[in-house]
Amino acid sequence: MQTIKTEINENIDTTGTKKPVYQTKQLNLWYGTNHALKNIDLDIMENEVTAIIGPSGCGKSTYIKTLNRMIELIPSVKTSGDIMYRERNIFDKNYRVEELRTKVGMVFQKPNPFPKSIYDNIAYGPRTHGIKNKKVLDEIVEKSLRGAAIWEEVKDRLNSNAYGLSGGQQQRICIARCLAIEPDVILMDEPTSALDPISTLKVEELVQELKTDYSIIIVTHNMQQAARISDRTAFFLNGEVIEFDKTDKIFSTPSDKRTEDYISGRFG
Amino acid sequence: MKHINQDNVLKKMSSRLAVNQIFRALFFLATLFGLVVLAVLLYRVFTQGIGYLDLQFLQSVGSRFPEKAGIYAALIGSLWLMAVVVVVSFILAVGTAIYLEEYAKQNKVNNFIKVNISNLAGVPSVVFGLLGLTIFARMFALGQSVLAAGLTMSLLILPVIIVAAQEAIRAVPKDLRDASYAMGATKWQTIIRVVLPAAIPGILTGSILAFSRAIGETAPLVVLGVPTILLFTPASIMDTFTALPMQIYDWTRRPQAAFHDVASAGIIILLLLLLFMNSVAVFIRNKFQNRF
Repeated sequence: MQTIKTEINENIDTTGTKKPVYQTKQLNLWYGTNHALKNIDLDIMENEVTAIIGPSGCGKSTYIKTLNRMIELIPSVKTSGDIMYRERNIFDKNYRVEELRTKVGMVFQKPNPFPKSIYDNIAYGPRTHGIKNKKVLDEIVEKSLRGAAIWEEVKDRLNSNAYGLSGGQQQRICIARCLAIEPDVILMDEPTSALDPISTLKVEELVQELKTDYSIIIVTHNMQQAARISDRTAFFLNGEVIEFDKTDKIFSTPSDKRTEDYISGRFG
Repeated sequence: MKHINQDNVLKKMSSRLAVNQIFRALFFLATLFGLVVLAVLLYRVFTQGIGYLDLQFLQSVGSRFPEKAGIYAALIGSLWLMAVVVVVSFILAVGTAIYLEEYAKQNKVNNFIKVNISNLAGVPSVVFGLLGLTIFARMFALGQSVLAAGLTMSLLILPVIIVAAQEAIRAVPKDLRDASYAMGATKWQTIIRVVLPAAIPGILTGSILAFSRAIGETAPLVVLGVPTILLFTPASIMDTFTALPMQIYDWTRRPQAAFHDVASAGIIILLLLLLFMNSVAVFIRNKFQNRF
C-alpha cells in the first residue's frame, strides 16, 4: 500500500520554486471504531488551489477539518500519523491549536456569519487576536471586504446585521472574515453547495484571485468546479486517496479506473 | 375491488365530527377553569384591597390598626432579598450552565450531575428552607438576615435557572461556535463573544421567571424564622427583614376582618410586582427572538 502512495506523490512535479504548505504522512483517523481516513499521504503546494473530490462519506470533509484540527471538536475522534504544516507537526503537543488556526482559515459549507453587524463579523478575528485600534480595524475590514469582492455591495451598510444579506453575500462575508485574520492557507469545505449558480460563480472567481496570495484547499461535490478552479485534484474514496495529480491530468487521463469511473459519472 | 366503502364513510362522518366537537368543548372547559378561578380571585382581592391601596399604605410599616398598617417594610425587604437572589443565583447558575454545556466532557459523572440538577428543581421549597436554616442561619450564624434568606432562595431557584440557561446555550447553532474556533479564538473568547450574546435572551427569560417565583415564595422564609412584621427596613444584608409574602401571611391570619382587606391590598402589590417582572421577561423574549 505504501509504495503505491509514494508513487502517487512522485508523479507530482515538485520542482520549481513552489514549496509544500502541508505534508500529510500516513494519516489515519477513526470516529470511534469507524476507520474514516486510511493511510493518507498528500503534499499540498503553496499558492495553488487544491481540490478534494469524491463521493459522500469518502472522508474529504474529515480530511480538510483535520488540517486545522477542527475535527478534534468531535470527542470520539482518534488520529495517527503526521501532518506537517510549514515543516511543523500540527499534532505536536506544543503546537497550540489556536496558533494553527490563526494561520489556517476556514470557510464552511453553510454560510455562518455571526448575528452581528457586517463590520463586527469581519473584525471578529482581529479583535480575537487583540487588535483594538479602531483605525487598524477599519483598514482590515475594508481590505478584507475588498479581498472577498464584496466591498462595493456592503460599504454603505457596514453596521447593519449580516443576516440581512443574501446567502451568496453571506458566504463572501465569511470569506472576508477569514481573510481578516491574514491567514496563510484557506480551507474551504464545499463553500458553494448552499449557493445559487450566480453566487457560486462569484465565489469561484474569487478563489482564482485569492490563490496568488494564499494556498487554498477546497472540498467540492461538484467535479466541474474542481476542473474549473483547481491546479491539483485529489480523489478520495472510502477514506483513501485513490489519485492525486494535476487537475488537467485527473480530468483527461486519470491513471486509476475508479477515478475515471467517478469523474465520468458512473458512480457517486 | 375497493377496501373503502364510501357509503359507510359518509354514514360515520357525522358521529366523527360530533366526537371532535365534544373534545373541543372539553378542552375549552379545561382552559376556562383556570381562568375563571383566577378571575374570581382577582375580583375578590381587588374589591377588598382597593380601599386600602393608597400612598399611606405604601409608606407605612406594620401597625395594630388596619387603617395605619402599610407595606413599606415588607416591600423594601423583598427588594433587598431580590437584590441578593438576583446576583447570587444568576452568577452561580450561568456559571454552572456554561461549565456543563461548554467545558464538561461527556462522562458518567457529568451526566449524573446534569440529571440531578433537573431533579433538584422538583424538591419542595420547605426542604430548601430547612437546608438554609441548618447551613446559613445556624452553621454560618447568619440568623434571619437578608443574606441567609437570599442564599436560601438562590438555592431554591438555582436548578430552574441552570436548566433554562443550559437549554439557551445548547440552542446556539454549532456553526457559530465553529466559525469562532476556526479563527483561532479560545473557548472562553467563543463563549463570551458568540455563545452568551446569542443565548442571553433565553437565559434572561428563564431567570426572570425564576426570580418571580422567589419573590412570592413563603415556605423557606417561614422555616428560616423571618419575622412576619417589622417596623424598620434593613440597612445592610446582615440585618433582619420581612418580605411581602410574610407580611401578607401575617395579615390574613389576624382575627380582625379589616386586616384581611389590608392583606388583599398587599396581594395587589405583590401581583403588580410579579406582573411587571413577567412583562420584562416577555419583552426580552420578543425583542431578541429570531436573531439566528
